[in-house]
Amino acid sequence: MSVARLLWVGWRFHFKSLTLSGFFLITTVFGPALIATIAYYMFKTGQRPGTLFYASLGSAVYGIWSATLFGSGGALAWQRWQGTLEVVVSTPTPLLLIVLPLTLSTSSIGLYSLASTLIWGRVVFGIPFQIAHPLAFVVAVPATILGLGLLGVVLASTFILYRHANALSNMLEWPVLLVTGLLVPLSLLPGWSHPIAWVLAPTWGVRAIRGAALGGNPWPSTAVTLGLGLAYLVIGAVCLRYVELAARKQATLSLT
Amino acid sequence: MIAFLRIFFIGGLIAYRGLFNWIRPAIYIPTMLVGPLFQILFFAYLGRYSRLQNDAFFVVGNAVQVSAMSGVFSATMAIANERQFHTLSPLLATPANRFAVFMGRSLPVLVNGLVVSAFGFCMGYLLLDFKPPASSLAPLALVVTVSVASCTAFGLTIGSIGLRARDVFLSANLVYYLMWLFCGVNIPLNALPGWLSQIGRLLPLTHGIAAARRIADGASLGSVSGLVWTELGVGAAYATASFLLVRFFEYEGRRRASLETF
Repeated sequence: MSVARLLWVGWRFHFKSLTLSGFFLITTVFGPALIATIAYYMFKTGQRPGTLFYASLGSAVYGIWSATLFGSGGALAWQRWQGTLEVVVSTPTPLLLIVLPLTLSTSSIGLYSLASTLIWGRVVFGIPFQIAHPLAFVVAVPATILGLGLLGVVLASTFILYRHANALSNMLEWPVLLVTGLLVPLSLLPGWSHPIAWVLAPTWGVRAIRGAALGGNPWPSTAVTLGLGLAYLVIGAVCLRYVELAARKQATLSLT
Repeated sequence: MIAFLRIFFIGGLIAYRGLFNWIRPAIYIPTMLVGPLFQILFFAYLGRYSRLQNDAFFVVGNAVQVSAMSGVFSATMAIANERQFHTLSPLLATPANRFAVFMGRSLPVLVNGLVVSAFGFCMGYLLLDFKPPASSLAPLALVVTVSVASCTAFGLTIGSIGLRARDVFLSANLVYYLMWLFCGVNIPLNALPGWLSQIGRLLPLTHGIAAARRIADGASLGSVSGLVWTELGVGAAYATASFLLVRFFEYEGRRRASLETF
């Protein structure tokens, strides 16, 4: 019960906190809507108008990815800069239970991306909002958010090993947008990039959401997204444990 | 005159090193090279999928635009960070020529922008279907230099607003993103609604990108001179605006004793 309360309170606190951040509002609302707009114009001018809703959904998942990347990737580094990392680590609560709600909240504010791109597409470009399988859609969206949030645990625990976590975040935004097929189908990309896509939750999350919205069977992709999430949780927990022990042993917890 | 040149060149370089003392390869390579490279690749592949234009269109557009990583962000920081770092008051207490002080630091920013842009072009040549004729390289370099200079002047304008505004870096982010849409980077201007393309024509890079595309396609420098002069004019206008804003905010900051208050 106390674990559930901790996760809920932590998630709610970080969700509110991120909502008040201008940077994250740009990342989740403005950025995806802009990418969607560019894609709309490119598809319209390139005579691919049937793909506009496809672009909306891809841009929405891009927003979830961006928020997770910047929010989770820098999560521990920010705690370090603010001088709260030592306090957080020294509490009796396992570090994973403190980091988990944070990373889940970063992917959760991706809901703003979904709302903004769909509303923007409907209002400005008249893209019809018709969901083929509403129930599957309602499951696929939280599953994607959960999958990316758990990927965030891996990002948070590994980026801290690199002294410049923000630079890593800056570097990874575009490659993952490209390689996971959010807007460009994987079939257009070189074959060697496909295995990379398969181990990334956004690939399966966007497939699940598109399958539910545009038609198709979204359930296998939803299951893979959740399965990957579980794997990320295990990897993230191990990495966090390693980082925490190493930092305690070498007394480098607060060193930037 | 010697003092002016010394402050412009040497002072500009020292100020740049001071304000960007945190830049090192571990930050520069992921942020200024790898990120922009994948921006170019992403839009080129999106272009293939949308069937809008060929690779060259997106390589030229994005390779010029990624210079704004330096032109917008670094130029903004080159002015606004004096206030953030609380070095603005001592700086403005000096009798040094303000034009030399603030415009001098734009030179390293410009060089940095050219490096990022050149890297983008090289990667476009190596990884994508972008093979400009050898004869176009010199005029292309000239056009890119003019475009990056114009963009740097625009960044200085945003930076000078940072002498007053609370958080100018948010605006710099917004502007950088909007350039993808407004400046004809990924969508031809004639495919945009009239009002959007009109805004684009008032921004830096728009005319430079158009000129660079035609040169990469084999056109002569003379045939795009109108676009190049327009780009230069846009840059000169922003440089003037930047200088006037710096002077205005300096005057207002002194009058209200609010140079470094937020």
